[in-house]
Amino acid sequence: MGDAALRGYVTPLDYSDVQGLAAFGYAKMVEAHYWLLRIRDAAAARAWLAAAPVSTAERRQPPPDTALQVAFTPRGLRALGVPESIVAGFSDEFLEGVAGTASRSRRLGDNGESDPARWMWGGPGKDADLVVMLFAKENLAAWTQAVQDNLWHAAFETITTLPTSNMGGVEPFGFVDGISQPEFDWKGERLAPGTTAVYGNRVALGELLLGYPNEYGKYTDRPLIPPAADPANELLPADDQPALKDFGRNGTYLVLRQLEQDVRGFWQYLESAADGETPERYRLGAAVVGRTVAGEPLISATGEQIAGVSEKPGQPRNAFTYDGDPEGIECPFGAHIRRANPRNADLFGHPAGAIAQAFSKLGIPQPKLHDDLIASTRFHRVLRRGREYGVKITPDEALQPAPADEAPRGLQFACLCANILRQFEFVQNAWLMSTKFNGLTEESDPLLGNRTAVGGCPVTGNFSIPRDSGLPRRLSGVPQFIAVRGGTYFFMPGLRALRYIVNR
Amino acid sequence: MAKLPRSRIGAMRELLATMNFEPGVVNPDNELIPFRRFENLHFARLVILDDQTTGDIAALYGIHRPDPPVYLAFLGDFDGSYDAFIRLLVKHAAPGLRRIFSLCDGFSPDADLQAWLTANEQRPATYYCNWVGRTVIQTREEERLRLALRDHLAKSSGLAGSSPQVIHRALRAFVEKETAAARLQLTPAAPSPVGFALRHAFDWATLILLLVTAPLTLIPLLLLVLKIRSLEKSDPVYSPRPERPWADQLALLEDHDVTNQFSAMGTLKPGWFRSTILAVVLRIIDLTARTIYTKGRLARVHTIHFARWVYLDHGERLYFASNYDGSLEAYMDDFINKVGFGLNVVFTNGVGYPRTEWLLLKGAKDEQKFKYHLRRHQLPTEVWYNAHAGLTAYDLDRNSKIRAGLEQPTLSERECREWATLL
Repeated sequence: MGDAALRGYVTPLDYSDVQGLAAFGYAKMVEAHYWLLRIRDAAAARAWLAAAPVSTAERRQPPPDTALQVAFTPRGLRALGVPESIVAGFSDEFLEGVAGTASRSRRLGDNGESDPARWMWGGPGKDADLVVMLFAKENLAAWTQAVQDNLWHAAFETITTLPTSNMGGVEPFGFVDGISQPEFDWKGERLAPGTTAVYGNRVALGELLLGYPNEYGKYTDRPLIPPAADPANELLPADDQPALKDFGRNGTYLVLRQLEQDVRGFWQYLESAADGETPERYRLGAAVVGRTVAGEPLISATGEQIAGVSEKPGQPRNAFTYDGDPEGIECPFGAHIRRANPRNADLFGHPAGAIAQAFSKLGIPQPKLHDDLIASTRFHRVLRRGREYGVKITPDEALQPAPADEAPRGLQFACLCANILRQFEFVQNAWLMSTKFNGLTEESDPLLGNRTAVGGCPVTGNFSIPRDSGLPRRLSGVPQFIAVRGGTYFFMPGLRALRYIVNR
Repeated sequence: MAKLPRSRIGAMRELLATMNFEPGVVNPDNELIPFRRFENLHFARLVILDDQTTGDIAALYGIHRPDPPVYLAFLGDFDGSYDAFIRLLVKHAAPGLRRIFSLCDGFSPDADLQAWLTANEQRPATYYCNWVGRTVIQTREEERLRLALRDHLAKSSGLAGSSPQVIHRALRAFVEKETAAARLQLTPAAPSPVGFALRHAFDWATLILLLVTAPLTLIPLLLLVLKIRSLEKSDPVYSPRPERPWADQLALLEDHDVTNQFSAMGTLKPGWFRSTILAVVLRIIDLTARTIYTKGRLARVHTIHFARWVYLDHGERLYFASNYDGSLEAYMDDFINKVGFGLNVVFTNGVGYPRTEWLLLKGAKDEQKFKYHLRRHQLPTEVWYNAHAGLTAYDLDRNSKIRAGLEQPTLSERECREWATLL
């Protein structure tokens, strides 16, 4: 089923106005370090930001060896003198912060060991003003030194820094990571469909950048200002409200969370669940993740074609859905990647034709108990930009007891999206942390779950593996493998908005 | 439902707060209404129907009405007959109910409580029940059964590799032993009341008659819809982003359990055509909820336990209440994406609703505006009780199927395998 054409955006997309992280993962720049800063001197901060070589989404030849990105919290915007009338135009989630209310922490599963009160950075009273992300192909130290000039030191105070390490495309547990990403409609070629009957990986640009139509064909709320408030004419008009200037345009929200991974705990648990049998240990690990350590999905190849997924030879397969595995026998319902992206369309069972679709919408005939529980993944996609930290160990090394004073390792999780609530928070809450996802019970995400009791559900530490014979295999007492150590919601502005901020 | 003088709203909130451990978490053994003592009560709530949007109709349509009354609503979803439940209510909670209602208009300390409750009953225009006929006792017994089976399977490692039919036989024997020892109880379903069967047959007959005569009723309806179509183009949309403290106050009450409550109200758009359309639509939804959608799903949605629409003030205003699984965001997304048309056809008749086309289209698909609209019209549910905390509607359905399979002396190999997947 082809998508209807949109033919570009009202104001054409200007790649030089978009921070590069939205378009590139900077995979070749294997070194990266993030600086969480408070503003010491607003004038100096504006001066440094005005001169900062912020990387853009423009493709350059030869590709640059270094990159710099910058993103702000509400308190950072205020500290730089951005008026409240603009700040108030951002979403509630951003304004309140990832740990701003008990209710939000409850929904995100940030409790117990992951309680924001225990975080090393971020959270109430501990949020930075901004983050500066530095990337380099090599010699990050030199790039850092060049960036951190006298003005920097006058402008900023470092709250904390987040190092990263290069594990060669493998996350700390040892699984190939970052295989599946949504493909955004950069050129404006696709009109947001009303209803889909087939899963696709192409997503409206408005799911990533503010100022463009989202998957509903609507413009996500963002700060719009009267032209009089932009005398230097830095900003572009809003496509949906041309009488106003769009402060959000080409900007995106950045969710940053430090996830500490207990790699030894993970493999040692699987080793005991596998009764010491190595192949079984890897089978269980693959069931937990939904892919083998090499990244191959558990769903068998069917030659399925998916819009927006192009298979590359030598790379793990990604053109698959779970439609052919309605009982979770190939890939458990609770496997991490099946929770994080259930890969389905708006309608269940691919109804073709208006009448079949109408009956499908009315739920006639009624779907079977386990069918059509989850739908419409296209509204819940994020662009992942995480990087590992700490020292890599292999799954076999992980079976050994930890040496004294072992440094922690994990993921500096980062993702970009235009609507934190509907994208990042939804996936985290309704799919990953939910103990009731897709008909499951007493279990949350086997990797990310916090195993704490939820109202009425004392047990949340199971993991069930459906089997062809009928009775599922159930692992119980699965320990917590990941603890949140910090987190903050940032706004990563477009370059025009950044100029608007610093030229005040 | 009883009128509550504005001057006593604060006192009522304070009194209702004593029924909770913390905001959003009820004490099921609270002194006023000890909910846990009711073995036939699924859900209950107390809500002050104080709508912050009542001024919209004046602002948007220039229609000035006297300030509508504030009500205290006490809702319960229970098994059995209305009269039996009211008697039970009076038996277990008379002093507490008297304290609560004494803050309302028209309640005197010497009033006959049972008669007063009955006199103040407000029947919903539309009522939805996830599974018609499933009692609270049944949900409790079936969850205990599931837990017993789970624990037994965990202990019997020998069974894990057996065929589903061996497992079925073994678990049947286990449950027989457990019930004999009174460690498990599986009360047989009570027969449906005679009146219910008659009513049910009548509902089906009505639905079929409606479908058969649809071509006839469609013509006047179509004229009405054409009229509505012209109104849709000019009706003002008013869905501002709710104030953050308001949204936070509501969020504070949510996500303490896997199930949540939702209460909202609003004013109908002016005109007899709007009220007619709404009345027809609510009738039809009510009819389908009593015929087609009685076994686990409302259209495609499987996350609603109970829901109702109630008219207020001679049909000028509408109150909506539901008990749903998951977070509000997930609930709203589920609705927008799965049954946006169903939301539209009802709520488009409310003042300020995001613009619809032909009653069914657009509207809720203006996702952000729709969510703002809902949050702004939402009311804090001061007290909310759930007899099956921790269990989603799906869980209840699955548990019933586990029991049903277990109670079959023999199952075919295929049935047996399918049944085993539920365990």
